[in-house]
Amino acid sequence: MTPSGLSGDFALIGMAESDVGIVPEKSPRELCVQVTLDAVRDAGLTLKDVDGLITCNAFAEPILYHAEAVAEYLGWQPRHCVSVSTGGGTTFMALNMAAAAIAAGMANTVVVAMADSLRSFMTREQAMVVQSSSGHPHYEQPYGPTVPAYYALIARAHMHQYGTTEAHFAEAAVSCRAWASQHPKAQMRDPISVNDVLNSRAIADPLKVLDCSLVSDGGAAVVITRKDRALDRPHNPVYMLGYGEGHAYEHISQASDLTTSAAVQSGAAAYAQAGLAPLDIDLLQLYDCFTPALLIQIEDLGFCEKGAGGDWLASGISKPGGSKPLNTHGGMLSYCHPGNPGAMFGLTEAITQLRGNAGERQLEHVSTALCHAQGGIMSSHASLILGREC
Amino acid sequence: MGKPIPRPTPTEKPFYDGCARHELQLQHCQHCAHVLFYPRTLCDHCSSENLIWQVASGLGTIASYTVVRRSVSSDYEAPYVIALIDLVEGPRMMSQIIDVDPDTLAVGLPVSVDFAAWSEDITLPVFRLQPAARVEGD
Repeated sequence: MTPSGLSGDFALIGMAESDVGIVPEKSPRELCVQVTLDAVRDAGLTLKDVDGLITCNAFAEPILYHAEAVAEYLGWQPRHCVSVSTGGGTTFMALNMAAAAIAAGMANTVVVAMADSLRSFMTREQAMVVQSSSGHPHYEQPYGPTVPAYYALIARAHMHQYGTTEAHFAEAAVSCRAWASQHPKAQMRDPISVNDVLNSRAIADPLKVLDCSLVSDGGAAVVITRKDRALDRPHNPVYMLGYGEGHAYEHISQASDLTTSAAVQSGAAAYAQAGLAPLDIDLLQLYDCFTPALLIQIEDLGFCEKGAGGDWLASGISKPGGSKPLNTHGGMLSYCHPGNPGAMFGLTEAITQLRGNAGERQLEHVSTALCHAQGGIMSSHASLILGREC
Repeated sequence: MGKPIPRPTPTEKPFYDGCARHELQLQHCQHCAHVLFYPRTLCDHCSSENLIWQVASGLGTIASYTVVRRSVSSDYEAPYVIALIDLVEGPRMMSQIIDVDPDTLAVGLPVSVDFAAWSEDITLPVFRLQPAARVEGD
């Protein structure tokens, strides 16, 4: 739960994204600097009004003191300044740490900023190797697993246990692409069919290239403060209503359950704090690094019975016009995925929708959003429920 | 870049020494009877440090598997099979299944351990499908 234990005590008052996709003009550090400043300006503030910065390191430009280097580049001396890294789960864990810092009096207003450039500042092989280095150095990596292979192990187990099919996984990619086709910034916008996914290049059976998220450049940042400081800003605040984490293991070969994740625990904690249930969630922004991960989160976060994620996706409920819109920017499968910052774009899209600023893809009725991220190989999970009202 | 090759710690040395002798060595907790993998200084079930090494049967079943079609780096030649193996002693481990037609793989099939030299100094456990039960009189 968020630090005060009270739902709605913290609000997001600013946000920014860089260009996304293929962005060779700026280094990861420069993208992080840019989105930090843009998010502060979006909140109607200057750097002098902000006293906290939390960042995440970049694979393509690792810096020992990352947050300090970003602040230094801006000529800024925030009194709270730290970088955190919990893989893909970093986004919401960092946001909760920002709320904790504010609750503890360590800062009043904090920027959470992340950027990386896996596409333009690394070779394909470097990007593959650096990501697969999450595997155990002695008991996994020597066998040559790739990150898609880790998720393929999960996919195969789900198929065996629940009768899920490759077409079910493909539905996740089709749904995300349908939303991306409505987003002018999305890296991949051409609509795709289930057959397109099934016939795409094999990567690690049963996963094909269209089951895998993109390799991108990009960054995003948000500004968080206490709710009493959130009024009279340029944009309506978006409130943190509930938060939860779940940590099951680090390495997939140590998972006691391949098909049910600690999203069960993170989701339950977030729902409890928000006083909401899956039925009450208007917008889902989930972590679609690979299609099976998305399918399992839908189940573990309570949107359908366990094992029924494939049928839920195939029903079209998550696509444009459906009653449970999912990853309305296109997700990491189609919008962009620069590595650890991936879930930041699910967050900025949720804020955009809750502000009512999503243009052509704006949802008609959206007062709550569930954002979810995970680190490792479905290892650690963070669920965040946002709302227009506190 | 070169394959990642384990550099065993003192705790892990009995495991890799076993591999070199073509024995799969597992730690057994003398306090709670839990069987551990990977090697640790203490039991991940009860935290006891009273562990002994014993040779495992080398038998297990496939918990899940994937055929890697795009290798992690040029040091690995695709396709190859990565699997999670449930050992009959209890622990699960990642490994490769070697010399197999991928179309014959399935979750739950029995496998047995073999050993493969990974570098001059390091030998690792790999697995093979157990031959189908012989038909009587075959």
